[in-house]
Amino acid sequence: MATKEGSNAHLNTPTRLTGAEIMWATLTGEGVDTVFGYPGGAILPAYDALRKFPIRHVLVRHEQSAAHMADGYARASGKVGVAIATSGPGATNLITGIATAMLDSIPMVCITGNVSSKILGTDAFQEVDITGITLPVTKHNFLVTKSEDVAQALRHAFQIARSGRPGPVLVDITKDAQQGTAIFDFEAAKPKPYRPHPMLSVKDTALGEAAELIRNAKKPVILAGHGVIESGAMEQVRTLAERAQIPVALTLLGLGGFPASHPLNLGMMGMHGEAWVNHAIQEADLLIACGMRFDDRVTGKLTDYALKAKKIHIEIDPSEINKNVKVDVALIGDLRQVLEDLLPRVGGRDGAAWLKTIDASKGAVAVRDIKNLPDSGHLYAAHVMHDLWRITGGNAIVVTDVGQHQMWEAQYYHHEHPRTLVTSGGLGTMGFALPAAIGAKFGSPGKDVWVVAGDGGFQMTAAELATIVQEKIKINIAIINNGYLGMVRQWQEFFYEKNYQSTPLVSPDFVKLADAHGIPGCAVRTRAEVAEAVEQARTTNGPFLLNFMVEKEDSVYPMIPAGSALHEMLRRPGHRAKDPLEETAGE
Amino acid sequence: MLHTFVAYVEDLPGVLTRVASLFRRLNININSLTVGRSERPGLSRLTLVCEASAEAGHRIQASLFKLENVVDVDDIAHAPAVTRELALIKVAVTPQSRSQIFDLVEVFRARIVDLTSESLMIEMTGVESKIEGLIEVLREDEGRILEICRSGKMTMRRGHHVSSVLRAMGAGEEAEASNGGAAREEGLPSTIE
Ligand SMILES: Cc1ncc(C[n+]2csc(CCOP(=O)(O)OP(=O)(O)O)c2C)c(N)n1
Ligand SMILES: [Mg+2]
Repeated sequence: MATKEGSNAHLNTPTRLTGAEIMWATLTGEGVDTVFGYPGGAILPAYDALRKFPIRHVLVRHEQSAAHMADGYARASGKVGVAIATSGPGATNLITGIATAMLDSIPMVCITGNVSSKILGTDAFQEVDITGITLPVTKHNFLVTKSEDVAQALRHAFQIARSGRPGPVLVDITKDAQQGTAIFDFEAAKPKPYRPHPMLSVKDTALGEAAELIRNAKKPVILAGHGVIESGAMEQVRTLAERAQIPVALTLLGLGGFPASHPLNLGMMGMHGEAWVNHAIQEADLLIACGMRFDDRVTGKLTDYALKAKKIHIEIDPSEINKNVKVDVALIGDLRQVLEDLLPRVGGRDGAAWLKTIDASKGAVAVRDIKNLPDSGHLYAAHVMHDLWRITGGNAIVVTDVGQHQMWEAQYYHHEHPRTLVTSGGLGTMGFALPAAIGAKFGSPGKDVWVVAGDGGFQMTAAELATIVQEKIKINIAIINNGYLGMVRQWQEFFYEKNYQSTPLVSPDFVKLADAHGIPGCAVRTRAEVAEAVEQARTTNGPFLLNFMVEKEDSVYPMIPAGSALHEMLRRPGHRAKDPLEETAGE
Repeated sequence: MLHTFVAYVEDLPGVLTRVASLFRRLNININSLTVGRSERPGLSRLTLVCEASAEAGHRIQASLFKLENVVDVDDIAHAPAVTRELALIKVAVTPQSRSQIFDLVEVFRARIVDLTSESLMIEMTGVESKIEGLIEVLREDEGRILEICRSGKMTMRRGHHVSSVLRAMGAGEEAEASNGGAAREEGLPSTIE
């Protein structure tokens, strides 16, 4: 039997172990040192065996958080995150977190216990068909009913999670499979080499066509998505951009994939992207889409999207090709590899005229940028984000929740490096930030981790404050407190005649809430206090919570209303007036 | 348009749910689905027919391939292929009407596979329209048809054809041999039309 000290011996010599031990031994073999979970009857044999293995278990306060932590761990580290839950309610609590990872292609393995195989399907106590329930929100899932299948299923799960387009995999292990014994042979449990998607295709002729389009383009734009980070193609994208002098627009999940400070960086595209970015896309004669999927938040109204542009789509998932936007050249493969193949065919280009046109449209916008305006005495989230960025030197990992603050973060925190923004883009899951930040801290312990959450979303998973304390980790928390479910209020303001139905929000005193957990904190009410508060949080040993009492009815601008074309954007009201804040600063 | 996909899938519990669930997710109705053993141990072969836009074919095929248990998918949209369906039809007969049915079965090249004093069972294999033709004629006498059981369509490409995926996996039985015939053009589009 394995001991904590000699725990890796069984990786080399086949040994008889219980299914529960095999589970941990396999995780160890896969390089796992931290898991996020919550025990219960059906997973108890596994928990009982944990003490023999060099794996740190982080006890969460709700299984949804376990999934978000595994997700945050994966996003920050690039490694597979692991979440564990018991059967029934433990398993169903994972689902939102699994779906979040699925929509953002995050490699994750979730392990659930289930009732004994003999009573599967009988509605036994705490039995749910979790493989059935999670089928549409996992990349794949397994039901394991025999001890001898545990290692193989888990190893296969890791392979699937991290191969091709990554995604979450669930492994449901019955209690008897955990209790029974089998010979553990790590090497023998190795899965067959991963089968690449048979429709991957990077033909020479297509590479040639792509190079030709790039050569002839007058107004090209690179659209850089999450795939840049997932495939590690930062260098290749940069080389392409620099060599051919092509500006780069980023999706929300692409932020960090191309340095924000780079002269060719345009910024974020889409619904809350800056005007010049979306204009550039609408005016472009060539779009080079790199590891992005033309999500509706990025394209706006499809029939009006980038009509003048030819499109090159470099993408690892063949089912994404021509799904939303018809493309002229598809290069279906791993982005990094495809760019390596493409780059030798791409020569220098003179992009000056096009870059100058884009630059001209930037100037006007900067004037009306809220952060360049004189202090009106009101605290705006933009100020908070700007100062947070300045003081952390853009080097922190920022983990956002979902809503207005998320967009302000994306607009005003300038990400230089990949994996420094952790955010739920595809599913837009409120409650994500705090647990994902805990996961991110474990995934990247050397980095400062900041939670940026709204007053609404923070309350969805606020119980994880206790986890921070129990695990003794340093997390900085910035709550952007506007007294509203702000993003929904904004939609009500714009599209529902300011009928603020169910969006005003009463919250506890977050500083006191933190205090109840033994976490220090303070409230911030003016722009002048922001920098100092951020510095105090940063330099405090241990976690710290900042409650930023921001302007209540501010909105995120620009905004492209859902279903409108990219150029039909709403601007901050009164931007032509003397004081652009007049209309939003209000009461 | 009508799409026909032929897929090789692992012969494991739940695999059919995964396939069916994909179509449910895309809100596409499955017109017919047949599954059975293939020439390869551990792999089932299925023929799935559905109605979807012409452009949907690529995405359906690509999505099917994303299922871990799906080994090969062939989109038989326009390829020359043989499609067959099997029907069992039980009809009520009287001593008087029996010979009339016998004649009908003869004309349609069907077979009688069960016979009692009150009923008989017809087995018929053919293309959909032929089976429908027989059923139509049988329906002329109200109440005559007691039961119909149809297999759904099974499809196989004509000619010597092995997909690149299956070829890479090696022969099923001894299939492989020469690759002289009109193998599928690797089915890997670079720009998808
Ligand atoms: C779990 C979940 N429920 C509902 C929503 C819809 N929704 C999107 S943003 C938002 C408001 C978020 O409010 P808050 O957390 O205070 O952030 P703010 O927008 O005010 O910055 C809501 C309710 C969601 N994204 N996720
Ligand atoms: Mg709010």
